[in-house]
Amino acid sequence: MYYMGLIWEYLKNYMKTRLTYRADFWVEILSDLLFQATNLIFIFVVFRHTDNLGGWSESEVLFVYGYFMVPYGIFSCFINLWGFSERYIVKGEMDRILTRPAHNLFQILLENVDPPALVGSFIGLIIMIFSGAEIGLVLEWWHIPALIILALSSVMIYAGIYTTLTSLSFYSDAPTGILPLMYNIQGYGRYPVTIYNRAIQVLLTWIIPFAFVGIYPAALFLERSEMHRMALLTPVMGLVFGSVGLLLWNYGVKRYRGAGS
Amino acid sequence: MNSAFIDFMRIRFLTMLAYRVNYYSGILIYTLNIGVYYFTWQAIYGSSGELGGFTAAQMTTYIAVSWMARAFYFNNLDREIAADIRDGSIAIQFIRPINYVMVKMMQGLGEGIFRFLLLMIPGMIIAILLFPVELPTAPSAWIGFLVMLFFSFLINSQINVITGLAAFFVENNEGMMRMKRVVVDLFSGLIIPISLYPGWMSAVMKVLPFQAITYLPGSVFTGRVEGTGIWNVLGIQVFWFAVLLLPMVLIWRKARKRLFVQGG
Repeated sequence: MYYMGLIWEYLKNYMKTRLTYRADFWVEILSDLLFQATNLIFIFVVFRHTDNLGGWSESEVLFVYGYFMVPYGIFSCFINLWGFSERYIVKGEMDRILTRPAHNLFQILLENVDPPALVGSFIGLIIMIFSGAEIGLVLEWWHIPALIILALSSVMIYAGIYTTLTSLSFYSDAPTGILPLMYNIQGYGRYPVTIYNRAIQVLLTWIIPFAFVGIYPAALFLERSEMHRMALLTPVMGLVFGSVGLLLWNYGVKRYRGAGS
Repeated sequence: MNSAFIDFMRIRFLTMLAYRVNYYSGILIYTLNIGVYYFTWQAIYGSSGELGGFTAAQMTTYIAVSWMARAFYFNNLDREIAADIRDGSIAIQFIRPINYVMVKMMQGLGEGIFRFLLLMIPGMIIAILLFPVELPTAPSAWIGFLVMLFFSFLINSQINVITGLAAFFVENNEGMMRMKRVVVDLFSGLIIPISLYPGWMSAVMKVLPFQAITYLPGSVFTGRVEGTGIWNVLGIQVFWFAVLLLPMVLIWRKARKRLFVQGG
């Protein structure tokens, strides 16, 4: 309850700061959409030159992309650790966070919420509905609870990976190069992983499991039976990676010492 | 005066060198990007021998060289300028007897040389070892490519400076900078070569400056453009370099009159 109240207060604060830069707010939504559009353009252009990608049709690939956008939007809204090391460690804001009663990671996440990102999730749902209709998928009772569970598990995977990497900044001074790396790789989980060579498949499945934020869970709805087992594994992966992220974070915070600024 | 500019370049190079560890992961990023696009295009090609004038082998080379060119020309001048404007340190630049935009360009070049030596060259060697990249044999392709690469840097930096200076007018240009990045990656032909787009889209992209950043040098390196054709595509780059100077200078002039420091 206490945490719910905090969320509300932080959101109010967010609105106040955002309304100072009103024009930028819209530009940001627009640029997010444009970024999504580039991926859609890639899919459209590619399917002008081929009729399948590793055995997956255009509508199927679009559907997977639609699913990918849903957890991605939630993740970008609530888990934004992009400038963490710079802002909290180098500039010393971590000291302020640590003197307060609420969990430190929770506070940091709330200070950086980005609600416009949720627009992407809605567009993802719309893409899923349209491409699903094209394939002839019929909505069944288990689709909606499954979507909620899978999407939240995917968000946990993102959360786990990014908190793990961000907590590295408690141990070393400038690991900033790794975050952009992840940022670039995460999109590849939405293509049929079977087109990649074995090493990249293993990488995307077990080491940085971005295949679980796109292709595997989406395969469940598409009734691609070859990936069903992986789809059902999504919540497990979410729990594992989410807990590892949180543990490493908590352990890292204990090692934190002010930068002296 | 000129030696001051050289110093800005040198200092940036040395600063980058001090933080070079970050660039080892950079090499990994770019190799991975090349790898994933390589496999994706392999799947797209399937059995067809040619798409949009690219053979599968040419596509591999194109992807490798485009990403590696990006490793060189990429910089964050837009973010640096926007930060200077927001925290007010730009005011100091106004009273200096040296042109701020030129300083930024020189710093960008210092970073570019660093990226060329420590990111692009080693990355390219790794890419050649891992993927079936076909290097051009004609010396004109190599010379043409290197010259064009320099213009890619100039044009990309000009676009960055213009986006950064926009912070004078919209206060917070985070959204604009993100949009610019997306537009440059897509319209420059980094993600999809321009000849593969449907007719009307490639027609639009051919009248925009972005193709000069990746697509044109990439075409020279893969041998799709050769001989006197190289002069033509180089001409397009020089043209855009000259055209983009205009808004850059104009925005800078106008910006100086409406400095609005938000704290700092």
